[in-house]
Amino acid sequence: MQKHIISTLVANRPGVLARVAGLFSARGFNIDSLAVGETEQPDLSRMTIVVAGDESILEQVRKQLQKLVDVVKIQDFSNVRHVERDLVMIRVQTPPGRRSEVIELVDIFRAKVVDVGRNELIVELAGAEEKIEAFVDVVGPYGIQEMVRTGRIALARAKAEL
Amino acid sequence: MAKNGADILIDALLAEGVEYVFGLPGGSVIALYDALYDVPLKTILARHEQGAGHMADGYARATGKVGVCLATSGPGATNLVTAIATAYMDSAPIVAITGQVKTNLIGNDAFQEADITGITRPVTKHNYLVKDVRDLGRVVREAFHIARTGRPGPVLIDLPADVTAAALEGDVNTKLDLPGYKTFGGKGHIGQVKKMARAINAAERPVLYVGGGVIISKASEKIRELAAKANIPVTTTLMGLGVFPETQDLSLGMLGMHGTVYANYAVTNSDLLIAIGARFDDRITGRIDGFAPEAKIIHVDIDPTSIGKNVAVDVPVVGDAGMVLEQLIPLVEAKEHSEWLERVAEWKSQYPLSYQSDGDLVKPQAVVEKIDELTGGRAIIVTDVGQCQMWAAQYYRYNEPRTFLSSGGLGTMGFGLPAAIGAQFGRPDRDVFVVAGDGSLQMNIQELSTAVVNHLPVKIALLNNGYLGMVRQWQEMFYERRYSHTYLADGNPDFVKVAEAYGARGILVEKNDQVENAIKEAMKVNDGPVLIDFRTAAEENVFPMVPVGQAIDRMISGMA
Repeated sequence: MQKHIISTLVANRPGVLARVAGLFSARGFNIDSLAVGETEQPDLSRMTIVVAGDESILEQVRKQLQKLVDVVKIQDFSNVRHVERDLVMIRVQTPPGRRSEVIELVDIFRAKVVDVGRNELIVELAGAEEKIEAFVDVVGPYGIQEMVRTGRIALARAKAEL
Repeated sequence: MAKNGADILIDALLAEGVEYVFGLPGGSVIALYDALYDVPLKTILARHEQGAGHMADGYARATGKVGVCLATSGPGATNLVTAIATAYMDSAPIVAITGQVKTNLIGNDAFQEADITGITRPVTKHNYLVKDVRDLGRVVREAFHIARTGRPGPVLIDLPADVTAAALEGDVNTKLDLPGYKTFGGKGHIGQVKKMARAINAAERPVLYVGGGVIISKASEKIRELAAKANIPVTTTLMGLGVFPETQDLSLGMLGMHGTVYANYAVTNSDLLIAIGARFDDRITGRIDGFAPEAKIIHVDIDPTSIGKNVAVDVPVVGDAGMVLEQLIPLVEAKEHSEWLERVAEWKSQYPLSYQSDGDLVKPQAVVEKIDELTGGRAIIVTDVGQCQMWAAQYYRYNEPRTFLSSGGLGTMGFGLPAAIGAQFGRPDRDVFVVAGDGSLQMNIQELSTAVVNHLPVKIALLNNGYLGMVRQWQEMFYERRYSHTYLADGNPDFVKVAEAYGARGILVEKNDQVENAIKEAMKVNDGPVLIDFRTAAEENVFPMVPVGQAIDRMISGMA
């Protein structure tokens, strides 16, 4: 099943998240990730929803979303050129003597160390899904104690000028 | 003088042209009821909040205006839920106002607290929890606007007791703030309308399949015009009864599970199906791949989510039915379609709706036919749900929109009596008949009080067969006559006495030859409700019938 990135502009009001999420849950869809935040207009929020599902059912969900009184605009990035990012923070174990190995990996991935402890580091990394998965894979053996992700966010690319 | 929340609400209701508020008081709305005590709004006391909700719904369906109901917090609000869901499924415009506990108690499991905006989110078009009295004027206006525009539906306003009491300094803001609200209620895309016209002009065996959306759009006349111009037979859904006069040759009556044989045959053999304001419900289509298998499908609907939901559509048109028809009709060529109409006429004469008389037995179909005859097809028929609903749909010939009111989508038993009360308030000029069963009538029988107190001459035709009849019919046909928990007669009350105990008139009919006089007798009463207890044939079935999962031309007929 194809993953869809659905970007919606919604009224910044209580209850809107529940309305949007309800359309997915009522059809038994699991939301893979969800990122919500204010936009350049403070009365509007943008929700970026990543969901996998059958195209015909998603078509129905998109139309239903459009119908919600609080939803101003909706866009599916599946077939749209776009930039996407996901931010992850990982608490990695760094046993004595192996910290520099982890920092080397951090440099290769252009990640950033944002906190240092005696036996651990917090690493921050932003990027597309594959890059984050690759990084998680290589630091895995050192021991990942905790991990948090923002969920994907995306914006459509500028239209190419011909 | 500063206005408080209750004043603002009442002003807003009056500004919206509200005549009636159907409701029941309780702790969180005492102050509101106090404010309603001496204003020109007519507040109708229901005996159960569900009844109040259906009254608002029946009023809305009979008049096309927004119906208003009011309940207290907690159980008052949850009792409204079935009525709200009923209105939602059938696109009836109602505004439901619920009391709520004070804002500082919300979320604390306070006495009579329920998260009613959370509970009704999937069954309302939109809902509001008003936490600041400054928002109230705008919210009420938005609620009515949303309820009545586009595809109509219920909107709920949850009103905490402290907001009702709060004083507002300064002016009431009533400006709509709905940047995301789209009605889709305009004209159709002209390219699509032209495609539609081309398909109609090229069709040899077209059928118009029209639903409740046409009634909401006030487009019945235009359907008649289109059908007449191109000689296209018309079948209606349950919700579309009344769009097209069933006395005309082009009428196919209702289609679907309990539709006419000829409507289902016409759809199955058509080469073009023109769906307008209908939504391809599973009770209409039967097995999807056997539904109109040879036809190109046109679908006109105001709600984009209805299009392409159940069947693949060749020509989708989003817009208001009436406006699209207005664009369309000039582009449609006059046609005779004589060969096609001959086939249709043949089916009509070969497979008419029919039932067998049986001596003295009161046949429910005969009761409905007699009501049709004695009211000249001019009454408003409000039904409960089940066999009574189907017989009311089949054996009364509807001529006008808003004369058949029924819970089509949700199939809510107990809808009939309270909805009829709402309808009678809205249309005092018309005879209003409830066609009920003994199962469903007992689900809201307490509203007899409301009818009696308000001197409403609602006629209740109780088709009393002593069973939950539709379920019993399925048990007979598909479960080897194992009548599990569908027998009611041993516990049924004497309905005539029940009616009389409430102060209503009651008439008992046990024989076929008493039917006419009883209805005539009931129609003479104009100062209160009359219940006619028709003791009907206990195991009468609704035919024709398409078994679940079959194509609609695979009908079981009752006649040997």
